[in-house]
Amino acid sequence: MDFSLTDEQSMLVDSVARFIDNDYDFATRQKIAQSDQGFSADVWRTFADLGWTAMPFPEEDGGLGGGTIELMLLMQHFGRGLVVEPYLANVVLAGGILRRCADTAQKKRWLSPLIEGELQASLAFMEPQSRFNIADITTTATANGSDFVLDGHKSLVFHGASADLLLIPARTSGEQRDQAGISIFAIAGDAEGVERQAYPTVDGHRAAEIRLRSVRVNSESLLGTPGTGYAGLQETIDDATLAVSAEALGILRALHEKTVDYAKNRIQFGVPIGTFQALQHRMVDSLMGCEQCQSLLYWAAMRTELGGSAARSAVSALKYQIGTSGRQIAREAVQIHGGMGVTWELDIAHFFKRFTAIETLFGNADFHLDRYVQLASDAR
Amino acid sequence: MNVTLTDEEIAFRDEVRTFFRENFPGDLRDKLAAGIDLSRDDMVRWQKVLYRQGWAAVNWPVEYGGTGWSAVQKYIFANEIAEANAPDMVPFGVKMVAPIIYTYGSDAQRQRFLPDILESNVWWCQGYSEPGAGSDLASLKTRADRHGDEYIVNGTKTWTTLGHYADWIFCLVRTSSDVARRQEGISFLLIDMSTPGVAVKPIITIEGDREVNEVHFDDVRVPVENLVGEEGKGWTYGKVLLQHERTNIAGVARSRYRLRRLREKSSQSLRGAAPLLDDRNFARKLATVEIELRALEYTELRTLAAVAVGKAPGPESSILKIKGTEIQQELDALFVEAAGYYALPYVPEQFTMHFDEDRRIGSGSETRTSLRYFNNRKASIYGGSNEIQKNIIAKHVLGL
Repeated sequence: MDFSLTDEQSMLVDSVARFIDNDYDFATRQKIAQSDQGFSADVWRTFADLGWTAMPFPEEDGGLGGGTIELMLLMQHFGRGLVVEPYLANVVLAGGILRRCADTAQKKRWLSPLIEGELQASLAFMEPQSRFNIADITTTATANGSDFVLDGHKSLVFHGASADLLLIPARTSGEQRDQAGISIFAIAGDAEGVERQAYPTVDGHRAAEIRLRSVRVNSESLLGTPGTGYAGLQETIDDATLAVSAEALGILRALHEKTVDYAKNRIQFGVPIGTFQALQHRMVDSLMGCEQCQSLLYWAAMRTELGGSAARSAVSALKYQIGTSGRQIAREAVQIHGGMGVTWELDIAHFFKRFTAIETLFGNADFHLDRYVQLASDAR
Repeated sequence: MNVTLTDEEIAFRDEVRTFFRENFPGDLRDKLAAGIDLSRDDMVRWQKVLYRQGWAAVNWPVEYGGTGWSAVQKYIFANEIAEANAPDMVPFGVKMVAPIIYTYGSDAQRQRFLPDILESNVWWCQGYSEPGAGSDLASLKTRADRHGDEYIVNGTKTWTTLGHYADWIFCLVRTSSDVARRQEGISFLLIDMSTPGVAVKPIITIEGDREVNEVHFDDVRVPVENLVGEEGKGWTYGKVLLQHERTNIAGVARSRYRLRRLREKSSQSLRGAAPLLDDRNFARKLATVEIELRALEYTELRTLAAVAVGKAPGPESSILKIKGTEIQQELDALFVEAAGYYALPYVPEQFTMHFDEDRRIGSGSETRTSLRYFNNRKASIYGGSNEIQKNIIAKHVLGL
């Protein structure tokens, strides 16, 4: 039983903390978020140079062999820095699918350049009707000789408009919500029949609606055996859920610390507002919320490294707690900042908005509480 | 970062588990299962079993009879004693006054008091709160006036848990009122309850039982050798004690045991009804407590890990107290919900020995739930109310 980090993990923390502190202040972040592409190619190059794009992949795939703990450490700091670069979209989601579902040739073709920082990919796991059910897929892939023809509508594809490669879960058999019959295809972002509508999201990130109209792909684009894509999809989404939970905790700690700092310096009625007990107890509640979330994050990360349904249950517990405690912490931070908390100028508002987006991502608190209950019931 | 136990720790866990299975007296186990309170003699008998095994004072330094266990071993021990549903040591002697005596007391006091605490020969109780000094403990008024080799003690202590069982009481008393701050002039005094002028009067609490008392001191003569440490430093010593108390009252392992029991009970059909866990609302509430408790378990483990590398349990222990008691009380409420109508009968004689089973109303565990729920409202009030804990965190952790 041990909560200490290995030397390699400590070095990772040092390097990402240094990057956020020295090279990614709020003004820089805002400038990048408002740029055409919505992220910085230079920053991405730095991520690759520092080994972060290679971090969660096995050594045989050309990665650094990091696990859930490393992902958690990195994402907490990305949260603190409000990083807009597509680490979640490219490395965690698309990389997670390629790592799990692609064969050797496909990995060489797509995963290797992704690890090198040369390729941007995105996983199109949402559809307009699917809400939080990743098995709810109406996009079809119809066999045509040895080729497949894809038709459908994918929504909110993270950085989908600038992605070189799109990973498309599509139905090769089964009914709309069946877990069986889902196959994952890798297609070029600019393939014929792919219509991409780019837009910003409320948190300063980018997404796209993607319509597939008779997109013809050959069998080399199919990842794994037809109809068996769900398992890899679910594991990848669970990893991403843990990743955004870690990012959220980085955000929540930043919000909490900035709020305490503000309360010590903001003078009203001749005294710092932090001397008011009505505010003190609420900031204490926020601290306790952060600590409880931190504890569950460690627990879920360690359970995820063990895998299985115990891991899924832990991830749901974590996302539920982040959603409920976090919502309270984030709202208190804005409230205690008073009018300044609702200005575009202050980082508080942008932390709040990114947290709000994360509340929804991969299932909100209600969804994950129900999944937790269901898994406990299945184990009965 | 990992949560697996080493082979040595697993062996230790098995040893502790086996010991509790084989040595926790069966008649006490049956009493607890039937919802019957243990008597003073029952508790002493069990504590002497722990003493003979060398496990009465887990946290003490080895030189005074402690175990010298690692933080992980202590964690395992707390889990196993909870899983055996065996009582912990009554805290007032071994967990509360003893650390003050071995840290701040004289050699003579250590030799005189510690062995009897370790062997459960002497029962201690706590004299902190007063009718006019609750959360504002520093306003306490019990006086100890020095006359030659004695203090003359006058005043009233209250909420004295199991004071009617106690042989000795440790008190915060005012030895000087000529001070700049109210926290000064307070001393830590040990008083033999059989001294003339000490009177113990019951307070009946919400559930109808006698658990706490008022203790009156009327010209009670206490030898000065019973002063611990320096005169006027009692507040400092008492604060240290409260920090120990706060980590002790998180009760994570006990709550986990109770939560598992509740999950088992509510997954079974009772009297032909559908299992309560099929009720989605109840299942969600249970899940919510389970998640909070898991988080607290890891918060406590993180605290233990910090202690293991030499950091003292500081104001963070207040977090454990707040969350720990919130979870206990939520569990209490869920047990009441699970019992439904059978939480309502108030028939205390059902929880005495030799009750006629044919006359039992509901099951013992059902009708117990409401009494426990009522009684344990105290948890967020004692040991420094949860609001006082928040004041402490605001000041000492957040620096507000």
